[in-house]
Amino acid sequence: MFGKLTLDALPHEWFTIGGTVAITLGGLGVVALLTYYKRWKWLWKEWLTSTDPKKIGVMYIIVASLMLFRGALDAGMIWLQQALSAGASTGYLSAAHFQQIFTAHGSIMIFFVTMGFLFGLMNFILPIQIGARDVAFPLLNTLSFWLYVAGAALINLFFVVGGEFAAAGWLAQPPLSELAYSPGVGIDYWIWSLQVSGLGSLLSGINFLVTIIKMRAPGMTLMKMPMFAWTSLCSMMLVIAAFPILTMTLILLSLDRFLGMHFFTSGFGGNPMLYVNLIWSWGHPEVYILMIPAFGIYSEIVSTFSQKKLFGHTSMVAATIGITLLSMLVWLHHFFTMGAGADVNAFFGIMTGIIAIPTGVQVFNWLATMFRGRIIFNSTMYWFMGFVATFTLGGMAGVLLGIPGIDFEVHNSLFLVAHFHTMAIGGALFGIFAGITYWFPKVMGWKLNEKWGIRAFWLWLVGFFISFVPLYILGFLGATRRLDHYDASTGWQPLFMVAGFGFLIIAAGAALQIWQMIVSFRQRKENLDMTGDPWNGRTLEWAISSPPPVYNFAVIPEVRERDAFWEMKKAGKPAAPVKYEDIEMPKNTAMGIYISGFAFLIAFAMIWHILWLGLVGLVGAIACVITRSFDEETEYVIPAAEVAKIEARRIPYYEHTR
Amino acid sequence: MNKLSSYIIGFALSIVFTLAAFFVVLRPGFFGLTSTGIVATIITLAIVQFFVQLTFFLHLWQETNPRWNLVVFLSTISIVLILVVGSIWIMNHLNYNMTPSDMNTYILKQEGMQK
Amino acid sequence: MNIPDKNNKTIFGFWVYLMTDLIMFAALFAAYAALRGNTFGWPTGRELFSLPQALTETFILLTSSFTCGLAMLAVYSNKKNQALVFFGITFALGIAFLVLELTEFSKFVAEGNSWQRSAFLSSFFALVGTHGLHIAIGLLWMAVSMVMVRFRGLTPLVTSKLVRLSLFWHFLDVVWIFIFTIVYLLSHV
Repeated sequence: MFGKLTLDALPHEWFTIGGTVAITLGGLGVVALLTYYKRWKWLWKEWLTSTDPKKIGVMYIIVASLMLFRGALDAGMIWLQQALSAGASTGYLSAAHFQQIFTAHGSIMIFFVTMGFLFGLMNFILPIQIGARDVAFPLLNTLSFWLYVAGAALINLFFVVGGEFAAAGWLAQPPLSELAYSPGVGIDYWIWSLQVSGLGSLLSGINFLVTIIKMRAPGMTLMKMPMFAWTSLCSMMLVIAAFPILTMTLILLSLDRFLGMHFFTSGFGGNPMLYVNLIWSWGHPEVYILMIPAFGIYSEIVSTFSQKKLFGHTSMVAATIGITLLSMLVWLHHFFTMGAGADVNAFFGIMTGIIAIPTGVQVFNWLATMFRGRIIFNSTMYWFMGFVATFTLGGMAGVLLGIPGIDFEVHNSLFLVAHFHTMAIGGALFGIFAGITYWFPKVMGWKLNEKWGIRAFWLWLVGFFISFVPLYILGFLGATRRLDHYDASTGWQPLFMVAGFGFLIIAAGAALQIWQMIVSFRQRKENLDMTGDPWNGRTLEWAISSPPPVYNFAVIPEVRERDAFWEMKKAGKPAAPVKYEDIEMPKNTAMGIYISGFAFLIAFAMIWHILWLGLVGLVGAIACVITRSFDEETEYVIPAAEVAKIEARRIPYYEHTR
Repeated sequence: MNKLSSYIIGFALSIVFTLAAFFVVLRPGFFGLTSTGIVATIITLAIVQFFVQLTFFLHLWQETNPRWNLVVFLSTISIVLILVVGSIWIMNHLNYNMTPSDMNTYILKQEGMQK
Repeated sequence: MNIPDKNNKTIFGFWVYLMTDLIMFAALFAAYAALRGNTFGWPTGRELFSLPQALTETFILLTSSFTCGLAMLAVYSNKKNQALVFFGITFALGIAFLVLELTEFSKFVAEGNSWQRSAFLSSFFALVGTHGLHIAIGLLWMAVSMVMVRFRGLTPLVTSKLVRLSLFWHFLDVVWIFIFTIVYLLSHV
């Protein structure tokens, strides 16, 4: 009846029970609060079923923040274990548990934190920045979000339902991840969590690509598009190119496990190296999917706060496209040591080295933008400058790793771990924090507290170096990654302890960010953004009120120059129209929730081998799609009078032009 | 040109190319082709038929400017080529560093020093 | 493809989706190419595949792609019943294709050559099976669309859906060219 799901599967180890209790109590608490304040209907109508990309964006960021908490907790546990477990002491975690933790940490940070934040920011900002009212496919957008939520639920589900989590690393290398060596449900949790959320990412990719290509405001040619829109476009092209490969690779792995096929098994002619090849031909583009939008965020920030046009916009676009193309051609550098000959390794090594060129172009463009600008040292600029320093360091480590000869020495070591954390934290995560600070007033209508933001930044930066410089050194000393125990004679323990101490500083930085939110919320009346343009911005998102009305633009703006809003302000022409027209907007729909709910059931059934439940999920999902396809009334009209009323409530920007 | 003639031409050409490929495989002696030659021929025929169907069934080239369908299509084809050709190249090369004797044979063969 | 559609978004979006599907098939083809020699002592493609049957399947699918095009011509000239007839023929041909394919699969399994035998057989079943699954989805979609045409008529919205369906169907035939060549023909070289 319930497949492999029996009472024995229920959580019975201390760490899963801890998670179970935390999740259950947290869930009950939220339910109780919502019931007490009678907010269920509001939540359902205003948020959960909304097709407004702005609201979806906010929900993405909330879920990603929760997942960041989970992922950071894992990171802390890894560091603590490594600081303790030398010589006679074996630390506080069993090897099996340690493996599950680093697997979860990697998967969560990539799929649910960074992707979630980026899609959140894109949802909110991108349509406004290109002068659109909505994304191309609103229903698809909610579906993407809810698939992402379903994936996030699946990756945490073993806390509640039991079983175990995957213990084969964040990419589940076979043959370890095959049934013969991982007979439990852990790998299946991993596969289906990624499959479901990956599908959501793929649909988002299609959605945003079409939005950018087809829905730009009149006059906004591609070369007049803001940099964040450009980098999002390139990133989405990579999503479209790479995520189908992930989907297929995961399907093949689950066929191995579920139907006894032999794609990646070690016997019957299967080839585990094929998995490595396929997963990295997705995996390398994936890291650029995360990184490229951050480049766009930095470009917007550095230009706004230097109060100058972005230096070399055209070369910036060219560099972004270059990085996009090259990132499809370097995947083998993740497995130089797997046994390919010199020709192959040399080709991919050279391609890897070449990526440094367009990236260097970008860095110099940012510096040149700051040069002779009247720079305002806001906390966003701190994040940006912290990024330049760390990213350059990490990039140089990356060029080293891209040389096959050096890679043979340091592959699989903590040097590598330090390298990609430098890129992921110093590059992508700092960019996300900068972006959130930068666009926060647009989302909420009030600014974040600067003082606490800068303090948090310093803790993050210092903590980052204290925790990762030791890892670079440890890598050179020969410490491999994913060690749950090492010999005392290696003399590594002090360095691991320093790294662990660095984590505490980072954690303090994160705590300050929460405190910053609280302080800013208390002071929101003093920091209100009445103009919609708190930073003297340059792009279209600052032309509308904060927070924006549901339709973004009462009248779609006409774009003539690259920094469209900046030029409008300079010309001093009122952007507000005299005459409003009816606006058609997509209705709310719960279809996204239903379909993802059924997808969740299918995934759950596949994990636990419950055939009937899988069929229920499948039939339900198909029925939802068919029902929706017969629904022709998917839009509603906001009458012109209503638009006029909403617009009258805000002070048009041109009365505030400086 | 969403016309009947377009579909009829596409249908007829597809039949011709399918039968041609089939014939080449069935009667390899007829054209005196080596097995490499046959592989090259049928793959070429498949690619030609691919473009025939894109032209006459999917009307790919008839888009008016800006030709986004075409741009996306061409990017996809390059990704497909990178993925398939790259994977085959890599997977074949992975036999390089096997046991020393295997490796020698393999390298010699790869470098063309042995038949 | 000149169909009333807001900024041509929907059809373009569907086209992009088809491209992602193409990349998914490319990954499968790459896996097939890497594993086709790994028969592990079980039959090779040459011993298993019957070329006449593959040719029959090819012609059935090709014809269905053609009749799907004819159905779209009827849709463009607003001939509802003619469109239904041609979609009906396409549907029947699709069913015939699936039946042939499933016959082939069950024959292999009955002879003891299932997907569990070797990496080559796994990749064959996965590649051809994925295509077959797409055909099955296309058939379900076609059935729903025919109901829609029957009761709603050829409204712009329905027409736009039909355009996407026809793109999907032609696309599946395009993929089949490569399955026919690389899986079936190549095994007999």
